[in-house]
Amino acid sequence: MSWMTEYVRPKLRGLLKREVPDNLWSNCAGCGQMVLNKDLERTRKVCPHCGHHMRALVGERLAWTFDDGAFTRIELPKVPVDPLGFRDQKRYTDRLKDARAKTHLDESMAVAHGKIGGHDAVVAVMAFEFMAGTMGAALGEAFLTAARLAVLQKAPLIVFTASGGARMQEGMVSLMQMPRTTIGVQMLREAGVPYIVVLTNPTTGGVTASFAMLGDVQIAEPDALIGFAGPRVIQDTVRETLPEGFQRSEYLLDHGMIDLIASRGELPEVLGRLIGLLNVRNLPVAQAA
Amino acid sequence: MASGATVLMANAMRQFLDFEKSVAELETKIDELRQMSGSEGVNIADEVGRLSEKAEKQLRGIYGKLTPAQKVQVARHAQRPHAQDYIRALITEFTPLAGDRLSAEDKAVVGGVGRFEGQPVVVIGTERGSDLETRLVHNFGMARPEGYRKAQRLVELAARFGLPILTFVDTAGAWPGIDAEQRGQAEAIARSIDVFLNAPVPVIVTVIGEGGSGGAVALGAGDRILMLEHAIYSVISPEACASILWRDPKQAPTAAEALRLTAQDLLELGLIDRIIPEPLGGAQREPAKALETVRKAIAAELPELLGLEPALLRARRREKFLAMGREAVT
Repeated sequence: MSWMTEYVRPKLRGLLKREVPDNLWSNCAGCGQMVLNKDLERTRKVCPHCGHHMRALVGERLAWTFDDGAFTRIELPKVPVDPLGFRDQKRYTDRLKDARAKTHLDESMAVAHGKIGGHDAVVAVMAFEFMAGTMGAALGEAFLTAARLAVLQKAPLIVFTASGGARMQEGMVSLMQMPRTTIGVQMLREAGVPYIVVLTNPTTGGVTASFAMLGDVQIAEPDALIGFAGPRVIQDTVRETLPEGFQRSEYLLDHGMIDLIASRGELPEVLGRLIGLLNVRNLPVAQAA
Repeated sequence: MASGATVLMANAMRQFLDFEKSVAELETKIDELRQMSGSEGVNIADEVGRLSEKAEKQLRGIYGKLTPAQKVQVARHAQRPHAQDYIRALITEFTPLAGDRLSAEDKAVVGGVGRFEGQPVVVIGTERGSDLETRLVHNFGMARPEGYRKAQRLVELAARFGLPILTFVDTAGAWPGIDAEQRGQAEAIARSIDVFLNAPVPVIVTVIGEGGSGGAVALGAGDRILMLEHAIYSVISPEACASILWRDPKQAPTAAEALRLTAQDLLELGLIDRIIPEPLGGAQREPAKALETVRKAIAAELPELLGLEPALLRARRREKFLAMGREAVT
C-alpha cells in the first residue's frame, strides 16, 4: 500500500461522502475501499478489490440465478399474523409494517421458478433485509410451498439462506418452523428431486439447524458466517478468543460441514451443472444424456 | 431470574423461590415447633395443624396464579425431578446405551432401552444434573452435536426393533461452544428433527422442566407433546430475548410474558397436546407424586399410538406439525 491509498484515500472518501450522491459509490465492508456502484452491478456486488461478497437483495439474487434473469414469482400463502399478540418496545405488527414499507417484500422468503442452465428449477430466496431474515410462520409456509412446487414440477429446489435465526416475536410458532420446514425437505427427498442449499452471509440459529443444513448438496458463498449460535453468544459463554475464520464458509468446508464454496460469478454454472447431474430421473431423456 | 435466583434454605433442605417466602417462613416455624415439642413435651399439634393449613392455602394462592416469569423459575428449580429421575421411576430393566459411534459420549443426553409398564421402549432425555458435580458431568443439560447424534442413533435403534420412543426434555438449549460449532451443532439438530419426524414408531415427548429452543426441539418432534403444568417451552430464553428486543436483561419477566412460553399458553396456541398437572407447589415439592402423574399421562397416550401402522403414524405426525400455526387462535 502506498501513502496514496493510506493517506489520501480517507480524505478523498470524506469529501466524496459529502458531495457525491449516495447512489454512485459504495464502501466495501471487506476492505473499506470505495467501489463504483456501476461496477458492482457488473460484479454482482462482489468487491473488485478484495472479492468480498456484499449482501444481495432478493430481486438481485433471483435475477442473477435464473437464465437471462427470467423467472416467475410464486404467490405465497397467507398465514395468521402476529400469533402471540407480541409487543416489545414496539408492536410486532408495526415492525412488520415497517419492514414491508422498507423492503417492498411481504416476508423474509420469496419463491420463483424458471430455468437454470436450461433446466427447470424452483428457487427460494431468504431476505435478510426483511427483519434479518428471521423465520416465522410465513417463512415456513413459503418454504413448504416451494418444496411442493418443486415436487409437482419434478424440478430441484434451490434455497439461498440468510437469516439471523428464529423470529422471536412469534415465539414457539417460530420454533415449530424447524420441524415444519424439515417436513418440506422430506417431501423433496421422497419425490427424488434434488435439494440444493446455498448458504449466504449470515445464516444462523434455527434456520441453520433445520432446512439449511439438510441439503443434498451444501454450497456456501465465500466468507459467509454460518453457524448455530452467534459468535457473540459463544464468546460470552466460553470466554475464549474465537479461532481465526471461525464459523466462516472456509472453516465449515475444512470441518466437513459443506460440500463446496462457490463465488457469485461461478454459482449459476455450478447450479446448472449439479441439476443436470442429479436430476437425471426427472429430466427429459435427451437432456439427461 | 437466573436459575440460582433468590433461594431461601429452610426446613428439610427444601429450596424456596423468592415468591415462596411466606410459605418458607411458615414452614420454618412449623419445624421449630416440632423440634420444641420433641424436647419439652409440649402439645403443639393444633398450632402445627393451623400453620400447615395456612401454608397450604398460601401455596395454593401462589401456584394458582404463577406469572410466566415465576414459571420460568419453577421450571428450572434444582429440586424438580430431572430426566434421570423419570427414567429411574418409570422404566424397569433400564439399560443405558452410550455414545454416538462417531467420536464421543455426550452425557447431556441420556438414553437407553427398558420397559415402560411392561412395554419395551427406547428412552432419550436431556439431563441437567442436580448438584455441581452432576451438572458438570451432564454439562447442565446442554448437549453438543454428539448428544444429538446419539439421540439419532437411538431413534434408529428403536425403528429397527419397533420400539416406541419416550423423550424427556429439560434443557436451557444446545451448548453454544466453539467445539460444538466446529463439529456441526446446527446439522446435528437439523438431522435429529429429521430422524424423529421419520421414526416409524410412536414418539411421546414430555417437557418436564425447561424446553430451551433448538436443543429441545431436537428431541421434540413427536406424535404427542406433553408438558408439565409449570414447565416452559420457548424459542429463546426470556433473558436473551430481553437483551435483544428490550436491550435490557432486566426486562426478562416482561419477555417471559410476551413469549407465551407456559404450558397453558402453548396448549391454547395448539402447539402441545396435553398438560400434566403437578402437585401443589410444583413437581419439586412432591417429586414422587409428579413422577407418578407423568407415568399415568404417558400410559394414557401410548396404547392408541401403538395400534397405528408406521406409515400412518408418520403421516399423522407430519400433519400435526404442518397444521401448527396455520389457523389463527384467539
